[in-house]
Amino acid sequence: MENSGSETDTVAIIDPRHAAKQLIYERIFRAATLSAAILVLLILGGVALSLLRGAWPAVSHFGFSFVTREIWNPVTDQFGALAAIYGTVVTSLIAMLLAVPAGFGIALFLTELCPPLLKRPIGVAVELLAAVPSIIFGIWGLFVLAPVLQRHAQPWLIAHLGHLPLLGGLFKGPPFGIGVLTAGVVLAIMVLPFIAATMREVFDTVPPMLKESGYGLGATTWEVMWNVVVPHSRVGMVGGIMLGLGRALGETMAVTFVIGNAHRISSSLLAPGTTISSAIANEFTEAVGDLYTSSLIALGLLLFLITFTVIAAAQAMLRRLERRGFAV
Amino acid sequence: MTRRTLRKAKNGIFLALSLVATALGLACLAAILWTLLSHGLAGMSWNLFTQMTPPPGGQGGLLNALYGSAVMTLLGILIGSPIGVLAGTYLAEYGRDSRLSTVIRFINDVLLSAPSIIIGLFVYEIVVVHMGHFSAIAGALALSILAIPVTLRTTEDMLNLVPIGMKDSSAALGAYPWRTTLSVLYPAARSGIVTGLLLAVARISGETAPLLFTALNNQFWSTQLNAPMANLPVVIFQFALSPYKNWQDLAWAGALIITVTILVLSISARVILALLQAERGSGR
Repeated sequence: MENSGSETDTVAIIDPRHAAKQLIYERIFRAATLSAAILVLLILGGVALSLLRGAWPAVSHFGFSFVTREIWNPVTDQFGALAAIYGTVVTSLIAMLLAVPAGFGIALFLTELCPPLLKRPIGVAVELLAAVPSIIFGIWGLFVLAPVLQRHAQPWLIAHLGHLPLLGGLFKGPPFGIGVLTAGVVLAIMVLPFIAATMREVFDTVPPMLKESGYGLGATTWEVMWNVVVPHSRVGMVGGIMLGLGRALGETMAVTFVIGNAHRISSSLLAPGTTISSAIANEFTEAVGDLYTSSLIALGLLLFLITFTVIAAAQAMLRRLERRGFAV
Repeated sequence: MTRRTLRKAKNGIFLALSLVATALGLACLAAILWTLLSHGLAGMSWNLFTQMTPPPGGQGGLLNALYGSAVMTLLGILIGSPIGVLAGTYLAEYGRDSRLSTVIRFINDVLLSAPSIIIGLFVYEIVVVHMGHFSAIAGALALSILAIPVTLRTTEDMLNLVPIGMKDSSAALGAYPWRTTLSVLYPAARSGIVTGLLLAVARISGETAPLLFTALNNQFWSTQLNAPMANLPVVIFQFALSPYKNWQDLAWAGALIITVTILVLSISARVILALLQAERGSGR
């Protein structure tokens, strides 16, 4: 029975027509997966090329002065990106100043302090904060956070810090509520979960033996954290921070709601400003004239270059960590 | 002794600060959810799901926006996820350690956190400019580009979780890799891949920036894919920034609907993943 059965089976498998068909299917499937994979590369290339083409009229018209001029006047067709670049950088810096220590604190709490029972719910809650769409942060920032900051935080800042010799200039003027500072705070809340989650994952890769050695020498929890865990996970932490920075730089909707959309550079953080992404979101559909549209696309190209550099550097750092043998 | 107290005090201060940071983070989530509930529930009514977006001051609902969002999200997933799944399959099964795969993984992770407004500009340049007008299909394309990195990443991760023995057994039976992938690997990794799809839906259904200048918006009922189509995020954006009370109420109601949908999707994805891990853990 085995004899005859195996013979027919063998015949079926090496039937040349069948085998040829299998090979064709194999080639088709392989080609399909390969082309899908290559499409990912083409998308990034296509993004870069199409932005370059769209930005070309503005780039050739204004040249390098596009990034050094503050003026943004659709009536006279004069466009410069400096105010938008300034707003993007400053709001992101404020966000990082607030979110990095807070994210570090949350990661520290989750890895070292949290009772095991609460670890999961708190971890999930932090991740859910990351899932909330940015437009929700925008509407919340405009209607809830901005009035609170206007009534309570900003008058305090003006009264107490407004007179300081160097920093004072940052906190002058009336408390508008909406403005650069508020945008920075909203961004901080948005990137907080990303920074906290990455730091937590990086901290989890520290070999327990190292930490135990620290405790064994009589170190306190904080000393183990600062002198053992942090030095060990420095690369990963910086990678996580830069990933958060990349998000903050490119974030659009949340900022658009609360920045105030003024194309000028104010010395005060309380004044309205603009960012690259919010300028595009606000003005693109209303832009008339090729130069106006092209200038907005040139802003997009700038944003693409900035965020690509930051995110690529962040990924490279996180990857270096992976190659060292710790899964991230 | 003083040095010891100093160290203890320092420890106490920093641990307390970390507690404060966690409390602040959770408070932000709670505050956002509370605001949405208190403002959004007031505007909840049957009209939301039966009437179109109104003119300022008039009565109306969000039906056309809900429909448009559903259509474009669905189309975005239908276009984007097969590409993501196939590309993920290439990375996990064919490419693995090749240089091409390393580059694609890297680029994919960059795309995963790239600003979505850039994708909107890209689709505007390649679709809207050529068609000459805004359209639902352009919006769906923008969303599909955002869905690809999410599905690619989860598919590759999930295929890598399938025990190597299953693949070897299939190969030993004489199956070509395509047959192994379709008949053994995909079924084994099915719930993981579905999780990836859920995460992708959650990611794209709240996206506003890429729709602003692709699908635009439409105050009226429209089912045409080559015409501007209403969608929830852009309606929220326009209505929330308007001075009209009835528009702002609708914006809050829409914000509540979108957030609840996304949170439910993310939580179910997480539950599936947790169940999957538990299953894997006990199976070993």
